[in-house]
Order: sequence, then C-alpha cells, then structure tokens
Amino acid sequence: MEAEAAKYIGAGIACFGMAGAAIGVANIFGNFLSGALRNPSAAPSQFSNLIFGFAVTEALGIFSFLVALILLFVV
Amino acid sequence: MAGTDPIHQFVIEDMFPLFTLGGDGTAGSGLSFAFTNSALFMVATVAIIGLYLILSTGSKSVIPGRAQLLSELVYGFVANMVRSAAGTAGMTFFPLVFSLFTFIFVANMLGMVPYFFTVTSHIIVTFALSMLVFLTVIIYGFAKNGPKFLKLFVPAGVPGYILPIVAPIEFISFMSRPISLSVRLFGNILAGHITLKVFTGFIVTMGSLGFLGILGSALPLIMAVALTGLEFLVGAVQAYVFAVLTCMYLNDAIHPSH
Repeated sequence: MEAEAAKYIGAGIACFGMAGAAIGVANIFGNFLSGALRNPSAAPSQFSNLIFGFAVTEALGIFSFLVALILLFVV
Repeated sequence: MAGTDPIHQFVIEDMFPLFTLGGDGTAGSGLSFAFTNSALFMVATVAIIGLYLILSTGSKSVIPGRAQLLSELVYGFVANMVRSAAGTAGMTFFPLVFSLFTFIFVANMLGMVPYFFTVTSHIIVTFALSMLVFLTVIIYGFAKNGPKFLKLFVPAGVPGYILPIVAPIEFISFMSRPISLSVRLFGNILAGHITLKVFTGFIVTMGSLGFLGILGSALPLIMAVALTGLEFLVGAVQAYVFAVLTCMYLNDAIHPSH
C-alpha cells in the first residue's frame, strides 16, 4: 500500500477516538444537569468546575483530531 | 484553490530581518532572527492588554467607571481563581497567572479577526507557555520544599507494597503535564480555525456553481456563523482552563502532598 493511501486511512481511523471524548463530555454535562435539577441553588457555584471538566475532557478528543491532522499534513 | 486551502492561514512570514547568529553571510546559513507576523501579534496582544489596563485605571476612582470596572472584574476573577486553587500563599504567583490568562485570552480573540494571525495556533508558542509554568513549578517546588517536593509522587495513605506501582504512575502523569497543557490549547485553537476555514471554503465553492449554488451556500454560511461563535467561546474557555490548571500545578509546588 502506498504511504499516501495509508496516511488517509490512518487519519480516518484516528477519528474514532473522538467517540470516547464525546461520551465523556456528555457524561459531565448530564451529571451536572441532574445535580442542578435536584439542587438548583448549588448549581451556579459548580459552574466553573463544569467548564473546567468539560475542557479537560474535550482535550482528549482534540488530541485524537490532532493525530489525524499530523497524519494528513505533517507526515 | 490556493487561497481556500485551510493550512495557509498558519504560515509564519518574516516581516523584516533582525540579526543572524553564526553562518558565513550567505543566505540560509546560520540562525536568522526576524520579526515575523507571529511576533507582531504577540506585541499587539501585550500592547492591547497593557494599554487597556493602564489607561482604564489611570484615574483610580473609588467608584469605577465602565472601563475601570472591567479591569477590576478581570483582576477579581483571576484573584479568585488563584486563591481558591492555590490558597493565599499562591497569591505570589498572581502576576504570572494574570499575565497568562489575559495573554491567551486576547491572543485567541485577536485571532478571530479576519486576516489576523492566531498566535496560539502554533505548538511552539503554547509549548513555551506551558514549559514556563512547568519549570516554575519544578524550580519553586524544589526551592521552597527541598527534597520533600518528591512527596508529590507518594500520595498520602498508600500502603508500602503498592508504592513501586503508584509512584512511577504518578511520575509519568506529572511529566505529561506540559505536553497536555500545551497540546490542549494548541489543538483546540488549530482545530477550530481549520474547521472554520474549511466551511467558509465550502461557501465559496458552492457559490461558484451558479444560482442554485448561491442559494445552497446559505447552509455552510449558517454553519460558519455558528462555528465562529463557538470559536469565541472555545478561545475564552481555553484561556480559563490554562489559567486554572496553572493554579493547580502551582498549588502542587506550594503544598506538595495530595
């Protein structure tokens, strides 16, 4: 198989990593929502933790996108 | 299709040469330093932040006007973040965290202006920022705590026989901090800008297909507007996350035990 074709196939496979990140992010927001619906007065104080948890989880999805970009444009 | 290629926006171009180290005078030899478009926007970021803070707080009024209020809000926001993550001892690092937060925030926002260069979309820039934080943590940790800083890798209450497994894992996760910190910011900004460029390229490509194409290009246009809004949000959130993680790592340096 030529290197060019292998790069494109590898980039496509690398995108599967984003599925895990998507589930993780949805987990965080879902738990925040269920907690906020039980205790609405405590929700605003946890908003910063929500945004922080979202960002560090999304980072892993971005890492997999980065692997795909590296395969396409750098290798 | 040279203009709509999504990578072209990240090319660093020399604006004017500064000096060359080593080499023999011919072009391409030695290490040449030039003022690039990346440097221009870093200077612009610092100038905007510095000028705004100085000019808005010049009058030092007890009841702040709108401009001074914004500066005080940003100060209070970052001070709150530092105090809650690193305690009152962490306030020695307040200038560092404030500079990092405002620099990354304004650099990301400046990058959203059309034709402007996004400074944080290069791994070398974000790596430099995260190595700054990492080396500050290590140097300050050893300077303040001496060898007790290594207690960071021995969490409290771990039984002795599990230690040979837990300590290397803790060490590896500590060493991966500069990488994850830099790649998180770099990847988010790069991915957002590439996606935005790809969708706006679709608008142009569809618009060139005649009347139906122009009608159809409303779809990538709506998507591009949504993505622009998302990019603003991501830029702000990534600046906040970088600053919060910096505070947490500094907390590890100031109080090294989990």
